Amino acid sequence: MQFGLSEEQRLIVDTTRAFVENELYPHEAEVERTGVLRPELIAEIKAKAIAAGLYAANMPADVGGAGLDTVTWLLYEKELGRASYALHWNCVARPSNILLAGTPEQRERYLFPCIRGEKSDCLAMTEPNAGSDLRSMQASAVQDGDDWVLNGTKHFISHADMADFVITFMASGEEDTPRGKRKKITAFFVDKGTPGFSVRDGYQNVSHRGYTNSVLEFDDCRLPKQQVLGEVHKGFEVANAWLGATRLQVAATCLGRAERAFGHAVSYAAERKQFGQQIGKFQGVSFKLADMATEMKAANLLVFEAGWKYDQGTVTDEDMAMAKLKATEMLAFVADEAIQIYGGMGLMNDLPLERIWRDARVERIWEGTSEIQRHIISRALLRAVGG
Amino acid sequence: MKVLVPVKRVVDANVKVRVKGDGSGVELANVKMAMNPFDEIAVEEAIRLKDAGKVEEIIVVSIGPAQAQETLRTALAMGADRAILVKTDETAEPLGVAKVLKGVVDAEKPGLVILGKQAIDDDANQTGQMLAALLGWAQGTFASKVEINGDKAKVTREVDGGLQTIDLKMPAIVTVDLRLNQPRYASLPNIMKAKKKPLDEKSAADFGADLKPRLKVVKTEEPGGRKAGVKVKDVAELVSSLKSAGVI
Repeated sequence: MQFGLSEEQRLIVDTTRAFVENELYPHEAEVERTGVLRPELIAEIKAKAIAAGLYAANMPADVGGAGLDTVTWLLYEKELGRASYALHWNCVARPSNILLAGTPEQRERYLFPCIRGEKSDCLAMTEPNAGSDLRSMQASAVQDGDDWVLNGTKHFISHADMADFVITFMASGEEDTPRGKRKKITAFFVDKGTPGFSVRDGYQNVSHRGYTNSVLEFDDCRLPKQQVLGEVHKGFEVANAWLGATRLQVAATCLGRAERAFGHAVSYAAERKQFGQQIGKFQGVSFKLADMATEMKAANLLVFEAGWKYDQGTVTDEDMAMAKLKATEMLAFVADEAIQIYGGMGLMNDLPLERIWRDARVERIWEGTSEIQRHIISRALLRAVGG
Repeated sequence: MKVLVPVKRVVDANVKVRVKGDGSGVELANVKMAMNPFDEIAVEEAIRLKDAGKVEEIIVVSIGPAQAQETLRTALAMGADRAILVKTDETAEPLGVAKVLKGVVDAEKPGLVILGKQAIDDDANQTGQMLAALLGWAQGTFASKVEINGDKAKVTREVDGGLQTIDLKMPAIVTVDLRLNQPRYASLPNIMKAKKKPLDEKSAADFGADLKPRLKVVKTEEPGGRKAGVKVKDVAELVSSLKSAGVI
């Protein structure tokens, strides 16, 4: 096993870190204060991100991305994750890998403009009555001649207000399986402005100010069959084939943010004096630091091992579930302890800690809750022994 | 025209430097290193000259340990064409470095050498000037603007009290100041491509020079901490305190 970084990986980390610190950090306070990401600000930072080759760097080189292997991509995600989510996601977009599954025409229309920064994408799966149990979705697609007609509601749809199109997953029929009836799912590209498709504001939420989620309504929204992504009724197959690593993406961004919070905490422990000595000399504080660092290291090892296995083609669902579970729970722990080390000052918005603490909360919920990750891990353990 | 850009690997500007326990120098083990920020500006200027069609090839050279290769890769990822690593485990001192660079200049025959006015580790601010003396070339130090026109370089220098503009006859040495430009990021696709650009490893002897230390470090110590100030009641007390402190 080899745990060191290559020269390129170190340079990529350095460049991404420098970009995040110089171009994103200075705007965090504004986004936190206003809760809004100004379009001019997005345009300004996006242009710089494109020049630095950071924009859409998750994509393969042959379509205009940076052509990173999974470990290197996760290192890049980790660095981006240090900054405010709204800023790094909107200004240094990583178009969904699922766009690579499109036909040549769909790639021209959706993938390439996203990589060039001319369009942005979003994915719609969740519904008010279909969260963790996605397959129970009610929004439907019914074939009508050469067209499909979409009806139903999606919610919690991240970035849908800014996106130019949505990739939505709809129930397109039912099939019998040995375990009973099961819905068949089909994925579609739906452009903004398509009659019968509307986007309205979603909810204000505790995490990630400046980040938006929306409610999508499909009301007899008619699409030609060319808008189907992948095969009809194979929506989950295409999702599984292309979206598997998004859990690692969430995990990697958590590693970066935890490291940032820890950096503040350890410096403060060395500087702050109470009762005549540095607070880091008190075991109550120093043991916290030791536990935080150990948890961070464990999460890093899990995430990068899963990334490495992803490249070898040997990764399992439970590898990625463990990485996501550990990294998101670690972030919650490290953010909380960092605040505890600071005391009252940690809760003030002069520092990024209260934000990191709030932002950490959603990470244990989206892209599969901690409970779903535990379910995936334990299911694999039991299946191995006939359970 | 070829341009030569010497780059130095130094402790990253954001690192809090610590003196070694025995006072022999600063702690370098497990410390984040980076390209000297002034040298980054020099690389950027060379790339801009190339973009403007004034330069055909940018050669970067670093004198240092094997890890200085990373600094060279950064320069290649920014846009330099090829790199030379003059490997040494000795501490690089300005005169030794200038002598090696003279050898590199003799071998490569660049029309221009652009380098940082100083490195942020020892802040010597000597290499460019020494190299100019060894080569007998014109020098424009502390540049905040560089224009190349045929066999003339017009360099605006940041000097005490303002800006001075001088014309240099090429070939010339230019050392760059902070306000010359804003260096670009080494872009991700270019980082991936930089591996394919040539990087030659050489020794000081290959250039007819040696890097044996000419200076002796007597002692390295941390600067003393700031002393607490005193509060004064009024201007009169302020003036008399300053007088008694011998400041005015």
